[in-house]
Amino acid sequence: MRLAGFYVFAVAIILLPILFQDNYFVTVVGISAGLHVILAVGLNLLMGYAGQISLGHAAFFGMGAYASGILTTRYAWPAPLAMFAGLTVVGLIAWLLARPILRLHGHYLAMATLGFGIVVHVIMVQATHWTGGPDGLSGIPTLDLFGWPVDSDLRWYAVVAAAMLLAIWLSLNLIDSRIGRALRAVHGSEFAAQMLGIDTGRTKTQVFVVSALFAAFAGSLFAHQQGFVSPDSFSLMVSVELVTMVVLGGMASTFGAACGAIALTLLHAGLVVFEDYEMLIHGALLMAVMIFMPQGLFVGLDQAVRRLLRRSGN
Amino acid sequence: MLDQLFQFLVTGITVGSIYALVGLGFALIYNASDVVNFAQGEFVMLGAMTAIALLAAGLPLPLAAIVATTIVVIVGLLLERFAIEPALGASVVATIIITIGAAIFLRGIAMLLWGKDFRSLPPFSGDTPIRIGSATLLPQSLWVLGVTVALVVLVRLFFDRTLVGKALLACSFNRAAAKLVGINVRVMLRLAYGLSAGFGALAGILVAPITFSSYEAGVMLGLKGFSAAIVGGIGNPMGAVTGGLLLGVLESLGAGFISSGYKDAIAFLFVLMVLFFEPTGLFGHKTAERV
Repeated sequence: MRLAGFYVFAVAIILLPILFQDNYFVTVVGISAGLHVILAVGLNLLMGYAGQISLGHAAFFGMGAYASGILTTRYAWPAPLAMFAGLTVVGLIAWLLARPILRLHGHYLAMATLGFGIVVHVIMVQATHWTGGPDGLSGIPTLDLFGWPVDSDLRWYAVVAAAMLLAIWLSLNLIDSRIGRALRAVHGSEFAAQMLGIDTGRTKTQVFVVSALFAAFAGSLFAHQQGFVSPDSFSLMVSVELVTMVVLGGMASTFGAACGAIALTLLHAGLVVFEDYEMLIHGALLMAVMIFMPQGLFVGLDQAVRRLLRRSGN
Repeated sequence: MLDQLFQFLVTGITVGSIYALVGLGFALIYNASDVVNFAQGEFVMLGAMTAIALLAAGLPLPLAAIVATTIVVIVGLLLERFAIEPALGASVVATIIITIGAAIFLRGIAMLLWGKDFRSLPPFSGDTPIRIGSATLLPQSLWVLGVTVALVVLVRLFFDRTLVGKALLACSFNRAAAKLVGINVRVMLRLAYGLSAGFGALAGILVAPITFSSYEAGVMLGLKGFSAAIVGGIGNPMGAVTGGLLLGVLESLGAGFISSGYKDAIAFLFVLMVLFFEPTGLFGHKTAERV
């Protein structure tokens, strides 16, 4: 029962490509939406549940992507091994950064994560020898899962959908675990959580590392799926968009974050026609949601529906 | 070597002054409302772009600068009225996102109005470099330094000597207490946004002849100004000025002696280091969490 929402969602994801065969919005936009869901769900663990803002999450996404890209093209490593190496490196970096960064609060934390994101982005642009510089890195081979090459949009849809469902499932379970309860206590009041005997430093470090790993995993998939990575995909604006997804759907709700990610991806795909107005709409949307529905669209709608149901029940 | 050092210092102080002005805007708004305004950089960009457009429309430079600053002040007041006031008392994360939204929105407007081209203003008093020993100084740098010094002194006097300045400071210490002694907090809030937008616009107009401006020009300038305010300890106006100068000099030395491509990375690494060792900035208040 606890995971009922998850099963409904999973069935919908599986049915989509069957109902809409060869549909651009399902396979092509769907892949991108799926990767965004992994990123948003991971960021939501940090932002929504632990209450720690990150304006540099694209850095972890990028590190995962570049690790896969560099190791497979320059050193001819097999893709799964490269992915694993990337996850290890990102996990290590996140673990090293977590303590000093998460000691900060509010605006200072925003600044530190933002600065980290920019430093990583500058390195991607400047370390041409490794990363290919602003032109990026091309010729990244596609994934090959035990002799099953992931070489069509539909196959990629399947892989990304599976990865996305795994991420959501992990997140839902993590939140209901001991760590999840500790996290929510930290969000409420870090001080009170400490009084209850929660090692808040350790809890925050753990969630930071998990969140970074989600992003790196998405990054690695992104690199293999696109076959090409460039610094543009991991800029500050991308970090801001990830935050937008979490906020748009509703913080502290795994499905909220997932819905936010899907909604924003569809919005971007739909707004291509109005390219000039995209920024205007994006900005206005952020402000409007935060002012009028600070709990987010998904959570806000969810509450409204519940209220309606209760009223009709009476 | 020594000549080079001097040259880099001059450049650094010029750029640092701009960061200081932007940082000052951050500090003003933070003091009045506990909000870090991520649209501060967009005020800078709007100031520069509006002045450039007005000049192109035939207005003389001084008038174009005044009108542009006024327009940006109005934008600042509108932002306060329609985006900040309705969300007063929201969480830090919420206000960060609202102002980021405002920044993207303003950038979108600028792109619609002026396209994606780079534009620039002519220097205020020619571009014949002034030689000091073996280093050279652009006349525009003197403008930047002069106006910055004048504004910093004015801000200092405003907070120390005028009743309105003291009222604004009172709001930053404790808004409820300020209200109780009869300060109109709402008016103070608008004042802070108006002033801050004006400072941003002036910074933009001053720097427009040195660097090219475009709809995106505010992003980095805003972030550097935010860094200046954070390094100095947020909410401390003089700290922001010191932070800005430090950042500018460091960046210029880094670009000169290490690598110009990595100059932004050097600046932000410095900010990270400051935060790791002094989590509330160099001159920030040490605060305790209230339960």
